[in-house]
Amino acid sequence: MFGGLQTWLARHAQTLVGSLGRMTQHPLATLMTMAVIAVALALPLFLNVLLQNTRAATANWNQAFDLSVYLDKKTGSGRTEELAKQLRARPDVAAVRVIMADQALADFRDASGFGKALDALTDNPLPNTLVVTPTLVASSPEGTGALKTSIAAMPDVETVQLDTEWVQRLNAMLDILRRVVWLTGGLLDLSVVLIVGNTIRLDILNRRAEIEVMKLVGATDGFARRPFLYSGVWYGLGGGLGALIVVAIAVAVLAGPIAHLAGLYGSPFRLRGLGLGSALGILGLAVGLGWLGSWLAATRHIRAVEPT
Amino acid sequence: MIRFDQVHKRYPNGREALAGVSFKIDSGELAFLTGHSGAGKSSILKLIALIERPTRGQVFINNQNTASIKPRGIPQFRRLIGVVFQDHKLLHDRPVADNVALPLIIAGVPKREIDKRVRAALDQVGLLSKEKCRPLELSTGEQQRVGIARAVVARPALLIADEPTGNLDPDLALEVMQLFKRFNEVGVTVVIATHDVHLIDRFAARRIVLDDGRVTAQTGPLLQTGAAAASSAVASSAAATSAAS
Repeated sequence: MFGGLQTWLARHAQTLVGSLGRMTQHPLATLMTMAVIAVALALPLFLNVLLQNTRAATANWNQAFDLSVYLDKKTGSGRTEELAKQLRARPDVAAVRVIMADQALADFRDASGFGKALDALTDNPLPNTLVVTPTLVASSPEGTGALKTSIAAMPDVETVQLDTEWVQRLNAMLDILRRVVWLTGGLLDLSVVLIVGNTIRLDILNRRAEIEVMKLVGATDGFARRPFLYSGVWYGLGGGLGALIVVAIAVAVLAGPIAHLAGLYGSPFRLRGLGLGSALGILGLAVGLGWLGSWLAATRHIRAVEPT
Repeated sequence: MIRFDQVHKRYPNGREALAGVSFKIDSGELAFLTGHSGAGKSSILKLIALIERPTRGQVFINNQNTASIKPRGIPQFRRLIGVVFQDHKLLHDRPVADNVALPLIIAGVPKREIDKRVRAALDQVGLLSKEKCRPLELSTGEQQRVGIARAVVARPALLIADEPTGNLDPDLALEVMQLFKRFNEVGVTVVIATHDVHLIDRFAARRIVLDDGRVTAQTGPLLQTGAAAASSAVASSAAATSAAS
């Protein structure tokens, strides 16, 4: 039994190497097919890399929301501190920063350059303000929404401002983009299956005589199909490697300008390429698609080759 | 070993290749199918190898009605038969040894066993020294012998050959026929379709003469007794007369 398994494995290994050897006999045609597969896989893959990076870059924005709680103008500093204390006691609040009206005006005077104009005011128009930072757990859109409603209901609170709308829009857009990437990826994966299938079909037509002879000496369809399946696997592997190289080059080309742009915004953000796991996943996908394409074509066309 | 029972074969193009052919070839026999081209020799071989199916009638191989063999069973069935073709049908992209090994690889024979049997088969056809050559580096006669080695390497009980000497000059043809005769002497049933009557006259073997899809005469050393033998004897003398003329 073990000997049988060994024979079986040896035969597969031989076919695997044999099909690669056959492909290297037509290096240009083989490389062209692999290049087409590489391009088809690289496009959605690269879009996905960009998308992942955008999500990574914006992920912590979600958690960076502070709620600005503007108090009623008549609220004194004692009451303000008391409210801050109440809020700090809440389980969904991480921190509360108190900005008194006078401090706020002074900051604004320094930052805005409207010093002279502000002097003209007889009265400080700014209220006392509490900047509330939710805990990480409460940072979800629902959590901050609930917190906002709850704080707005407190006495002496004039308005609570939570500027999450643009982030929600961004997330919605990213969501659409993600689906576009999936759709494009699905279509291009299908095209890989068709490309490999067509290549294998032509290969089978070219080797019709050989398949006939094999069938005449007792080969099953499965036996005759095997080298073509391995060809499909090789096409997929070559195309997958090509796609990884294309994406690596694209990431390398964009990394510098993006780091520069991020630097202008004072962000340490760096464009990240594919990790080892994703790269292996892509290779697996490419091999699987190559196999599927060749399986579909070989199963159909080898059955049709009958000795006459 | 082989029994044809009222077999008709009509091809899709309407040509009737066989019209009610009946004959029987026993295990261990050497039999020649003769007749001019288009008489139905190739059709009979194709029916034996299940390349074609009869339109009517029944074909029994090894006591098995071939009608009961489903497409899935054909590969397994063909491994029991060695087939030699007029055009050799060798694979030109691989050496002689790999061509001969093909039936064994397909049957899943272990590598060491394959090497041994391939060398034995090549030795039997006198081509052991050419095992690493490509088929196209060999002469036609040598290519035909490679085809024979491939047909016998899996030690089939039945060997069929379609015009195996068609492209060979008389000396090589005789050599190839003697090769078939040797396989027959060790117990292999051998069926050879050929139109070369002068060549097969040299062999004391069963002869089935076909004309226009019908068996017109049967002759040979291993005939059945009784009425069949009597009628065959008459036909045999007729065939001998026509062969001589």
